[in-house]
Amino acid sequence: MRERWLILLGYGLFVVFFTFPLWRAAAVGSSASMPRLQSSPAGQCVAPVEQMRAAHMDMLFQWRKDAVRHNNLSFVAFNGKVYSKSLDGTCLSCHDKQQFCDRCHAYSGVSGPGCWNCHNDPRAFAPKVTP
Amino acid sequence: MRYRAGFALLIALAPACAGVALAFLPKPFLVLAPAAAYAACAIFLLGLPARLWRWTSSPVPFRIPTTCGQQRSLAWIPPARLDNPSTGLAAAARMLLEVLTFRSLLRNSRSRAGDGAVHTRDSLGLWLAAILFHWSLLIILLRHLRLFVQPVPAFVLTLQKLDAPFHTGAHPLYLSDLALLVALAYLLLRRLADPVVRYVSLLSDYLALWLLLGVGLTGVLMRYLVGVDVASIKQFAISLAVFSPVLPRNCGPWFFAHLFLACSLAAYIPFSKIAHMAGVWLSPTRNLANNNRAVRHINPWNAPVKTHTYAEWLEENKDKLKSAGIPQ
Repeated sequence: MRERWLILLGYGLFVVFFTFPLWRAAAVGSSASMPRLQSSPAGQCVAPVEQMRAAHMDMLFQWRKDAVRHNNLSFVAFNGKVYSKSLDGTCLSCHDKQQFCDRCHAYSGVSGPGCWNCHNDPRAFAPKVTP
Repeated sequence: MRYRAGFALLIALAPACAGVALAFLPKPFLVLAPAAAYAACAIFLLGLPARLWRWTSSPVPFRIPTTCGQQRSLAWIPPARLDNPSTGLAAAARMLLEVLTFRSLLRNSRSRAGDGAVHTRDSLGLWLAAILFHWSLLIILLRHLRLFVQPVPAFVLTLQKLDAPFHTGAHPLYLSDLALLVALAYLLLRRLADPVVRYVSLLSDYLALWLLLGVGLTGVLMRYLVGVDVASIKQFAISLAVFSPVLPRNCGPWFFAHLFLACSLAAYIPFSKIAHMAGVWLSPTRNLANNNRAVRHINPWNAPVKTHTYAEWLEENKDKLKSAGIPQ
């Protein structure tokens, strides 16, 4: 039938759309590697790394609620250590916003819940040391 | 008949259970995840054109469009250009509107006998659920590009922002997630609750719905409730796209359930009614212009019939007719 080639052309168009990640990856030359993040200088985060990677946002929201609503500022970690429930004081004392938070969020296409609507990146405002 | 939905659920649970089990098997078994993804894509991308090829082999000798309005006639009779398309362009416009807005489902109605008469009323729940489901699914599929493409395309980020206008807690609620699950629940309950629809529902009808619900529920579970390591999942997804698959470590049981359900669904598409994604374009009641009276359509494989016309008979017997004095 003379429409057969038209139909297969339509299917070809669909395949082009469907395989968008393939030729986009070929065009951009992207690799499968995810951002390598530096582990915290303290050597241990407030929770095991798997838990932090999967659910850090829930912990941060819980911390915010505890701190702002209930004035509950001490967090007892899984290993018994006590931390202050503070993004600036605890998280950002080890991790760097641009090197840690932003890279992974940009890689995963997660816009972030708006931590930085209120908090500052302390290192962005640190006085520059002239050599 | 009573157990169709249950059997379909059992079938749909198999890939989900296999996925959950995979997370607890020894590491080498993780190779099943990229294998399943590639196998499903291959079945989908080869099975669909195989079915299309079979459809293209079906003869469509005559114009058989469904007409839902006045056909083009005399100049002073206004035609229904969309509902009774007389040109290829109008047929294409009707097809496009059908694919994008499901106009034919707007004609869904319910009939009820009573008071010695049959009462018919519009029943637009099906249209609403169908359009919510399909558009939500499209948005969700496009949003998944953030896991397959690096760097994330700008239109995906914009779509994410538009899809989640309310910032509710740590996980902004995607309206498409909500709409998809509500619509699927309605479509399933419609089949189960309505005795008339239940009677015509087959196992395959339920299977498609259970698989879609399974994919949707595991996805929502990962995003809003259990939490997953998105970066690791993206690394796995993008490694599939660049054909150098890595093993999906740290992805968790719900991710594997989600993946296996999605793979089952993709592999099932060419063999199921979900192939309507391709079939709708080939539907001869939709893609043909109704010009049966304006244009003569001749069946292309009509066998040559040996005819003997009256004119030929007259010519052959001219002399006899003349000699007998019969006027010609």
